[in-house]
Amino acid sequence: MNPEGLLYTKDHEWIGITGDTATVGITLHAQEALGDVVYIELPGVGDKFEAHKSFGSVESVKAVSELFMPMSGEVTEVNSTVKDNPETLNSDPYGKGWLIRIRIANPAEASALLSAQAYDNYIATEA
Amino acid sequence: MRYLPSSEADRKGMLEAIGIESVEQLFAGIPESLRLRRPLDIPPGLTEPELIQFFRGAAGRNATDFTSFLGAGVYRHHIPVVIDALISRSEFYTAYTPYQAEIAQGTLQAIFEFQTYITQLTGLDVANASLYDGSTGLGEAILMAHRITKRNKVFIAKSVHPEYRAVVATYARNIGIEIELIDFTESGRMDYAAIGKAIDETVAAVVVQTPNFFGTVEENSEIASIAHKHGALSIVNVCEAMSLGILKPPQDADIVVGEAQSLGIPMNFGGPHLGFLATREQFVRQMPGRLVGMGEDQKGRRAFVLTLSTREQHIRREKATSNICTNQSLCALMCAIYLATMGPKGLRHTAEQNIQKTHYAAQQIRARTKHSILFSGPRFNEFVIQLKEDYASRAQRFMRSHIIPGLHIARFYPELGNSLLVCVTETTTRDQIDALVKGLE
Amino acid sequence: MTKENPRTSSHFQINELLVFEQGMSGRHAFDLPALDVPAVPVAEILSPTLLRDDVAGMPELGEVDVIRHFTRLSTWNYHIDLGLYPLGSCTMKYNPKINELVARLEGFSTAHPYMPAELSQGALEVQKMLETALAEITGMDAVTLQPAAGAHGELTGILMIRAYHESKGRPRRTVLVPDSAHGTNPASVTISGYEVQNIPSTPHGTVDIARLREIVNDDVAAIMVTNPNTLGIFESDIAEVCEIMHAKGALVYMDGANLNAMMGIARPGDFGIDVLHINLHKTFTTPHGGGGPGSGPVAVKKILEPFLPIPVVALKNGGNYLFDYDRPQSIGKMKAFNGQFGMHVRALCYILANGPAGLKEVSETAVLNANYIRAKLTGAYELPYDSPTLHEVVFSDKLQARFDVHVADIGKRLMDYGFHPPTISFPLIVSGALMIEPTETESRQELDAFIDAMLAIAKEAEANPELVRSAPHTTRINRVNEAAAARKPVLRWTQT
Repeated sequence: MNPEGLLYTKDHEWIGITGDTATVGITLHAQEALGDVVYIELPGVGDKFEAHKSFGSVESVKAVSELFMPMSGEVTEVNSTVKDNPETLNSDPYGKGWLIRIRIANPAEASALLSAQAYDNYIATEA
Repeated sequence: MRYLPSSEADRKGMLEAIGIESVEQLFAGIPESLRLRRPLDIPPGLTEPELIQFFRGAAGRNATDFTSFLGAGVYRHHIPVVIDALISRSEFYTAYTPYQAEIAQGTLQAIFEFQTYITQLTGLDVANASLYDGSTGLGEAILMAHRITKRNKVFIAKSVHPEYRAVVATYARNIGIEIELIDFTESGRMDYAAIGKAIDETVAAVVVQTPNFFGTVEENSEIASIAHKHGALSIVNVCEAMSLGILKPPQDADIVVGEAQSLGIPMNFGGPHLGFLATREQFVRQMPGRLVGMGEDQKGRRAFVLTLSTREQHIRREKATSNICTNQSLCALMCAIYLATMGPKGLRHTAEQNIQKTHYAAQQIRARTKHSILFSGPRFNEFVIQLKEDYASRAQRFMRSHIIPGLHIARFYPELGNSLLVCVTETTTRDQIDALVKGLE
Repeated sequence: MTKENPRTSSHFQINELLVFEQGMSGRHAFDLPALDVPAVPVAEILSPTLLRDDVAGMPELGEVDVIRHFTRLSTWNYHIDLGLYPLGSCTMKYNPKINELVARLEGFSTAHPYMPAELSQGALEVQKMLETALAEITGMDAVTLQPAAGAHGELTGILMIRAYHESKGRPRRTVLVPDSAHGTNPASVTISGYEVQNIPSTPHGTVDIARLREIVNDDVAAIMVTNPNTLGIFESDIAEVCEIMHAKGALVYMDGANLNAMMGIARPGDFGIDVLHINLHKTFTTPHGGGGPGSGPVAVKKILEPFLPIPVVALKNGGNYLFDYDRPQSIGKMKAFNGQFGMHVRALCYILANGPAGLKEVSETAVLNANYIRAKLTGAYELPYDSPTLHEVVFSDKLQARFDVHVADIGKRLMDYGFHPPTISFPLIVSGALMIEPTETESRQELDAFIDAMLAIAKEAEANPELVRSAPHTTRINRVNEAAAARKPVLRWTQT
């Protein structure tokens, strides 16, 4: 169900690593739980965050969820299209609904993340 | 008791359905040591005629036959009778907060209209569904500026209403916001040079009131320019919303906040009144209070709904933009009805009479008495007289003639000595003004 | 059941445009008496650069237009005079009409707050009487009527607690807030400059005493409790909670939103509470007005009295009331002037109409009505906590969720039966929460009609879930597309 080439967190973010850069988004499960997304708050290019720290938030009509960094890094790109069209996050969370791109500070942190299989198991037991 | 509809038989039936003998059993979960085992020591219940008699007596001990020149943040204006007729409809006043949009479109559309009126009066993009009053509104505006700029200092004109400044101090103190007062000049206006000298990049906002506490009309463009040059916001506070019917709305302000009691709401000994807050579109997610938005239902019909609720306490809890829940909804409705009744021309005409009668009063005092009128700046419906002698002796005489000549403001501005803040509105007659002048001769 | 219900679906035919879409140039609704002073043109008094054009976009209407417009809008509202609002935590009881009459008496409505005290003895007496009554009802020592609403009262109370701690040397850092608390509680804590520390509830829905003992230390300034709590359950350990807090020099704030459960039966002051706020627009029936004005007086024990906001209504020797500003330890002002006086008059009238026997009967009946509903709906709806409840009861949508029918749907379907939904999705500790508080002013008939509707919906959820999921069917408008409204907010009318 969840794409194989990505890694996942227990906070329902995904991260796709290519070399020393990565793309970050939220999972299908996360957008389902939120409902229709109405607003996304994202950081600026150049902002730096440690792993597990909040880098923004996603709002539906009745709820707000914080976004947590899967790994430490510096923001190199912010998806302005998804900001202007938040429904994209619901329709295409792994593709056009990506949130930020980062330059990874510490590649070793990837070992703490979940594989697609592990994440699938996690959400199966959580539900 | 007459407000409780169930009869003894009804009660018995309900107890049976629950499976108990008496209501007392329902309170078994309260430890005996915490139970009150005596009647409350309050007066015994009164019948309707007795209640009317009691309250008529109490209201009668409030003077209604005095001519009053009091203003200072609470204003006496004509209130069209249609307002009370409409808000006395229980559909409006006994309705709950409009969380369930399908059965609350009356309240929601009326508040949307109120929000629109406020944007028209203030010239800004968006207004909320109301705050408690102008003073807490100003507190909220300052917290908003703090959130937006992430800075901890605020400049406030000393000519902002002293009670408003006191409320701001209470709100600001515990969040580490520092308040610096900027003095006024002989014109009565905020000292622009002083702002320019003191401002730096630690200032979140510069706050001015117009017309200010002394009745002087301020011009915000220069203040805003200084503020913006240093990355601070410009906040303008309005206590006398009637002035917006004829005066240019504050130029270049980022937030216009204040009190709309002048627009259709009785003085009510200080409350309930009506706070409003308007701001630029870019700051909408930092606004406190409720917002009504326009949308559509499932069949594409126009519908109004509370929106952007994720700012608010019931969702964001400790990270909310404010803790406000209940606001002043019925008063906002009263204001919307007032503005619908007056229309732009009626509002302007009323505001004009305020200016003309105030001008007459000031002229007469200058011409016929020895007292001076402080502050040379333009004014709307209030001005300050500096008495040539001690206030106390005059006060007695005025009481005997059933006149309250204004507010003695030494309690707020001891440096202004024996000064009286005088307010003249469209409700004040020429005879009343002449009597005031005579009393001051 | 798709037949229109007149309580929630009146006036299908009459559509009503925004007032801005209806103005006709040249109409007017109000005439001002002619100017009786010399008619100096305003442009000669004030520089024309200060003057604006007529406010753009404001419509011109006649009196009949104004009356028709707002009257039509009013017909779209559900309201208490129409029927039951089973809203947990809101105490939507009947608003007696006499309260409206007395609040409008000329001496009250035309009074200016800066009038000399000798000219406002009536208003001051009303305020003093209300303070005294509220202190007695809550078992506390002193009251301030200044806060404008419950949340404002919470802020006032926490600020007084802070001032108290500051007077003892340091303010401390955190305030404990149960996970079942109303959202205004943590929001108020943050604005007071404190940090929120969450405290969990036990499986019985009450504050976890063992956990409380572990976490309270001298960094904790206070705990905010609600009693009975937001599940309607009386926190029977409340005296122990107060002892634990006081032993560490911390104070106890009580959210008084649920006072309707215990007037004349138990008093927060007797539990050991140090400060609480009271919602006049709940227990004391000042009308909700579509979202305010409310009023949130705060009652305190002696230790917090020095910190009350100014002014305090005082009685001078000689029997005259006045506003006392000479209070050196006061937290200052929470609001200009002296509170929502118009609501004070109404609340006092309600208290005087009831007297001690009446208020006790109010609470007894409120608790009886809620328990009657509880008995009748248990089984059809899941009861997540089986502890005894007082004036409100919380069910969940768990049984209906099996058919993919959720609490919001149940609420919407209730509209088709002619009722306003209960409080939904609160408290947060119950997933799919349905909080029902009928209050005492509902007859058995009304309660039975509500119960029948809820039972019918439970059956529908199983037999015809789509009917419930797509409700309401008979209201003037159906569900609003809230996501679209939030994505591109339209918050005002603009001229196109």
